[in-house]
Amino acid sequence: MAQAAIELIGINKSFGAVRANRDINLEVARGTIHGIVGENGAGKSTLMSILYGFYQADSGEIRVGGKPVSIHTSNDAIALGIGMVHQHFMLVDNFTVLENVILGAESDALLKSSITKARSELDRLEREYGLEVDPDAVIEELPVGLQQRVEILKALYRGAEILILDEPTGVLTPAEADHLFRILKQLKDQGKTIVLITHKLREIMAITDTVSVMRQGTMVATRTTKETTVGELAELMVGRRVLLRVEKGQSEAGAVKLSVKNLTVKDQRGVTMVDNVSFDVRGGEIVGIAGVAGNGQSELLEAISGIRHAVSGEVMLDGKPIDLTGKADPGELRDRGLAHVPEDRHHVGLVLAFEENENSILGYHDDERYLKGPFLDVDAIMADAKDKIEKYDIRPANPRLKTANFSGGNQQKIVLAREMEQDPGVLIVGQPTRGVDVGAIEFIHKRLIAMRDQGKAVLVVSVELDEIRSLSDRILVMFAGRVVGERGPDATEGELGLLMAGVEHQEAAE
Amino acid sequence: MDMFNAIVQVLDSTIRLSVPLLLACLAGLYSERAGIFDIGLEGKMLVGAFAGASAAAVFHSALIGLGTAILISVAFALVHGFASITHRGNQIVSGVAINFIAAGSTIILGQAWFQQGGRTPALQPGERFEAIIWPGAEAIRDVPIIGPIYAELISGHSILVYFAFAMVPFTWWVLFRTRFGLRMRAVGENPAAVDTAGISVAWLRYRALICTGILTGVAGAYLSMVQNGGFVKDMTAGKGYIALAALIFAKWKPVNAMFACLLFGFLDAASIRLQGSPLPLVGKVPAQFMQALPYVLTVILLAGFIGKAIPPRAGGVPYVKER
Repeated sequence: MAQAAIELIGINKSFGAVRANRDINLEVARGTIHGIVGENGAGKSTLMSILYGFYQADSGEIRVGGKPVSIHTSNDAIALGIGMVHQHFMLVDNFTVLENVILGAESDALLKSSITKARSELDRLEREYGLEVDPDAVIEELPVGLQQRVEILKALYRGAEILILDEPTGVLTPAEADHLFRILKQLKDQGKTIVLITHKLREIMAITDTVSVMRQGTMVATRTTKETTVGELAELMVGRRVLLRVEKGQSEAGAVKLSVKNLTVKDQRGVTMVDNVSFDVRGGEIVGIAGVAGNGQSELLEAISGIRHAVSGEVMLDGKPIDLTGKADPGELRDRGLAHVPEDRHHVGLVLAFEENENSILGYHDDERYLKGPFLDVDAIMADAKDKIEKYDIRPANPRLKTANFSGGNQQKIVLAREMEQDPGVLIVGQPTRGVDVGAIEFIHKRLIAMRDQGKAVLVVSVELDEIRSLSDRILVMFAGRVVGERGPDATEGELGLLMAGVEHQEAAE
Repeated sequence: MDMFNAIVQVLDSTIRLSVPLLLACLAGLYSERAGIFDIGLEGKMLVGAFAGASAAAVFHSALIGLGTAILISVAFALVHGFASITHRGNQIVSGVAINFIAAGSTIILGQAWFQQGGRTPALQPGERFEAIIWPGAEAIRDVPIIGPIYAELISGHSILVYFAFAMVPFTWWVLFRTRFGLRMRAVGENPAAVDTAGISVAWLRYRALICTGILTGVAGAYLSMVQNGGFVKDMTAGKGYIALAALIFAKWKPVNAMFACLLFGFLDAASIRLQGSPLPLVGKVPAQFMQALPYVLTVILLAGFIGKAIPPRAGGVPYVKER
């Protein structure tokens, strides 16, 4: 084994009563890509923050390049050649790339020499690692993929030999993620050491040399990537066997509950996002809509759920039309038995500053179950929230806790519980498991299938192909606003991938 | 020629009247660019004016007066910093508190020390900053056009006036050409980026507030030791708030700030000049209406004539290290 770039020995860290890290030992070999996986709250980020000097460990030792070091501030870490790419970029949005790169690493009190130096240095980094980005571009005008590249450049400019990336692909499109991986491999070839924190096992398998698994603040295992499997890692992460593909029986499709005919939707700029789309969803089946993000799925969901106007077309709910001109508000549709789990739970699905119990009735707060005369019936709401917490295993089981303090997976469960427990006839779900842990994914999938088995019509939109294939009874593929194909659940990944890329569609058009 | 002379005179008083606004506006620029809202400019100017006039009267020295004004004003700025940076208090509340303390304490101390109803003793020559006459100003005064412009507008102001206008390019240079300026702008936009780059957010913001204190101190000294021959209670009369309006109007940029303050100064000068004299078409306008004009204009300008003013993004938000 190559010499260790970083060794962490017996690291402990507590926040109040919570032990975020317990006796962590970790060794990362020089010139490798080392993955760290674990569910949200497993202590990955805390561990890396200790390494980067954001927090101090309560006890334990850090060695960099074999020498014991003490890291008290980010400056110490930077001086030791450790660079970090944060999950939420640490960039000043209205600064240029150049200004962001030199911030904190200026050579003297005036900027002139730093700027000259940074320009030539960026030029070199661009040539060596293929990290091209315009040094004079303003950050907020760059796509996220490029913003992330600026973060990497920042670290390299400061002479980082060890690069920590915290959930780097969460905000990237698949193509951008692939590009990132190519860059990381190139960095590795140049002798840099990379630590990759993620909960996406697929990425771990694709790019890392070794992988360590964390669970509830402890380091449970370290494996050579080639010798492990996704199944084993998932099991180590959750602490029990996880079904990556949920078992489900044959669907018994009943009457048509949701019918979409010739629906066309334009966005704010007047661009046609949904183009003459028609399909039916029957009771007792899950219809999955696959597609690369940005091909009209979001707009389709918004139009059906009454958030966005449609230009033309018809949507029938239980045989009766929905007003698509914007007069049907989501509340009216809810009353008619259409429940909607939005794609973006932070902006649409939840009020993060509210307590859990408030979010668990949001939108249904006019329901007489939750009212006592003109007032909210707080006791009924609390009882209802507690009931949902138990049924959906929402943790921590505290209905008074601020929603922002729940993990992503538990926030998603709050939204799902709210919508599913209303016993809707039609459930439409956008990105059911975005930013959700492996264990919670299994749970959510099981609930969706249970809904189907109760005879509900379920429409799922997801950019995760695995998820679509595992859940759906029928798969529709969207490309450039159109439905370009329908397949059964046994369609291969390659077949769907081609449809998603619009290949078959173009051939047919020619 | 009378018309021309009248215009020169109005412009001359425009300069004099815009100086305290400009100093306060640049003071606010430092703190707001660093992400600290400072509604306490008014109060800091007021204590600066009081401290300056008092010290100058007691020690018979304009320079000691100025130094004291700056010292006290910086001390108040640091109080604001202690509340809003160290203890992450609400910046508006802290600023308002400073204004109250300033308004009350200057009157009480003034009365206790000088027994002149809250005034400080009238300053004698040598205790005030005198006008500086530029070489040749008197000689060419009678040359048409150039003469009055040179003698009235350029020459004949106190040192603090030249200082205020020199601070405009200087502030621009600090903001955009120095390491301190880069970091200060960054900390007002995204303090987390500054923190992860290994720079202390708190120390950086304190330094910005010290700059604010120095400039409000000079602004106060100008009011009581140049414009007026001593301190009068509440003599800032809302200039700190007008300066804040000018800062928004200027979109937090130094050169814009100068023009905004000159505009407000001009309105002030024009309203004084036009008091009592009939206007074409409308006839005689009450003095109160003219005095209200700058404030009316502020409301109109801020209500949408300036396009979108985007404040520094982290403004008003205390920085807390996230988990």
